[in-house]
Amino acid sequence: MTEAAELDRPQPGASPAPAPLLSVKNIEVVYDDVILVLRGLSLDVPQGAIVALLGANGAGKSTTLKAISGLLKTEDGEVTRGEIVFDGERIDGVDPDKIVRRGIFQVMEGRRIVSDMTSLENLRLGAFTRSDRNVAADIDMVYNYFPRLKERTGLAGYLSGGEQQMLAIGRALMARPKMILMDEPSMGLSPLLVKEVFSIIKQINRDLGVTILLVEQNARAALSVASHGYIMEQGKVVLDGTADELRDNEDVKEFYLGGAGDQRKSFKNLKSFKRRKRWL
Amino acid sequence: MNTHLLIQLLVNGLVVGTLYGVVAMSFVLIYKATQVVNFAQGELLLIGAWVCWALLAKYQVPFYVGMPLTLVFMFAFGIAIQIVVLRPMIGEPIISVIMVTIALSTVFQATLKWIFGVNPQPFPQIFTSQSVSIGGLQIQTVYVMSLVVSIAMMIGMAWFFKVSKYGLAMRATAFDQQVAQSLGISVKSVFAMAWAISATVSAVAGVVVAVVNGVSSGLSAYGIKVFPAAILGGLDSIGGAVLGGIIIGLLENIAQYIDSEYLHWGNLYEIAPFYVLIIILMIKPYGLFGTKDIERI
Ligand SMILES: Nc1ncnc2c1ncn2[C@@H]1O[C@H](COP(=O)(O)OP(=O)(O)OP(=O)(O)O)[C@@H](O)[C@H]1O
Ligand SMILES: [Mg+2]
Repeated sequence: MTEAAELDRPQPGASPAPAPLLSVKNIEVVYDDVILVLRGLSLDVPQGAIVALLGANGAGKSTTLKAISGLLKTEDGEVTRGEIVFDGERIDGVDPDKIVRRGIFQVMEGRRIVSDMTSLENLRLGAFTRSDRNVAADIDMVYNYFPRLKERTGLAGYLSGGEQQMLAIGRALMARPKMILMDEPSMGLSPLLVKEVFSIIKQINRDLGVTILLVEQNARAALSVASHGYIMEQGKVVLDGTADELRDNEDVKEFYLGGAGDQRKSFKNLKSFKRRKRWL
Repeated sequence: MNTHLLIQLLVNGLVVGTLYGVVAMSFVLIYKATQVVNFAQGELLLIGAWVCWALLAKYQVPFYVGMPLTLVFMFAFGIAIQIVVLRPMIGEPIISVIMVTIALSTVFQATLKWIFGVNPQPFPQIFTSQSVSIGGLQIQTVYVMSLVVSIAMMIGMAWFFKVSKYGLAMRATAFDQQVAQSLGISVKSVFAMAWAISATVSAVAGVVVAVVNGVSSGLSAYGIKVFPAAILGGLDSIGGAVLGGIIIGLLENIAQYIDSEYLHWGNLYEIAPFYVLIIILMIKPYGLFGTKDIERI
């Protein structure tokens, strides 16, 4: 343990609220040295919580997760301002494989399982950074959460979309991370399956104490499991609050929870919504 | 029909073919993990052979010490090539990287001639008996050793990729580097490991050839044979490379038989594999076992 990390810790009794496990402070992210995508984004994720990050297409949700996990580097992106603090240490600029070793695991958008390997091999890969002897036990644990993965012994590329999502979450569990960043787990799933996956996300959080930052288009599903949510637009957080507050917020109701279909109306409203909101 | 000659040549083909298979396997390993076509593969055999020869013949080290030392050296050498020569090339056009491996092959050839001279050297005697009898067939001991060693390397490689977590990590990296990094795998380490293992495996093949034929710069010709073998098997399939190697070895010897018995053209065995290669690629452009992408993502 370094001295600096020691100093960063809140002294007992000194501060009422414990420091969040993850704290993103006013970051700016640029791709290819010119494309500015995040413009001063801040968010906190408390230890043991599920926090939802919502927003329209292209708002920068995935970019935020990649900034935290370090995968930004693999896409020629860079955090050019602000800082990201995890477990008392700065992690912006750290290589993605080292960030996994510190306990953050990202389940990327579109599952990204290794399709020319079996499910079991994918799960074993999730445990790549571990050297303890409980890997086999954890494979059983994942099969407990997702029994149908055990039945599918063929190549993972032939699994259904839902099964692939389960495999992607299971693979994340195999790393025994402190925190999982989930990017749109509901993508392409039937409503019934969305329900199932989200109830398992909740279970995982409760049983294993894994902190989860959840990016979603499906705001209703996300707010049903999250304790807290952030809404972002064009690279910034425009609104945040507890899940209940957000659910009851008229604007959120209209744009994120309302009936689907009327694209034009919601687009127009999106603009006024933006103007009215405070900037964090 | 000269059955005795045919059998002799088939055995020969199998032995040489498995050796081609081993070299092709180590070539495909680099290609699969790093997308680099290594034109210096044959020189890795040659370096391994010379290093082992030097330890045994010059420094009088016993074989059971000299061989492991050679392997350790080649492992480190493979890592060094990757870090010093190829790592700075990451992100450069693939053709530049290929030019670099061609340059490497020339530099290695020249350096080895400078250090060890241009004359072929016989390898120190390792086996006491010249030949063994298997099923009534007299087979040279070195051939049996070659076959056993080759098969052992193949089993080792299969174990590495199927069972060990580093093998899985290498496959994941070959599949998608971003995914690999999201799993905590360091792509740089995987690249270095691919070169290290490839150099080590090639060195074993190099020593085997040296034990049979002696050490000379001609030994690196095995590096040329990996092309028909690996392309035949499908550039990105380790198992395909092994099979491709065996097929090329057998074809050469069958061509040799047909040539010496019937045609008397004189060099059919050298070109026959390439004709077959062309025909197979016309039928299966990705080789026998090349990736057929899974469509559903
Ligand atoms: N690798 C990249 N290089 C350049 N620009 C990028 C890159 N990745 C994303 N962007 C841009 O950054 C913006 C935000 O993208 P991001 O993927 O973070 O959005 P998102 O909120 O996750 O959207 P979605 O809901 O559609 O997944 C987009 O305008 C996108 O074009
Ligand atoms: Mg996204």
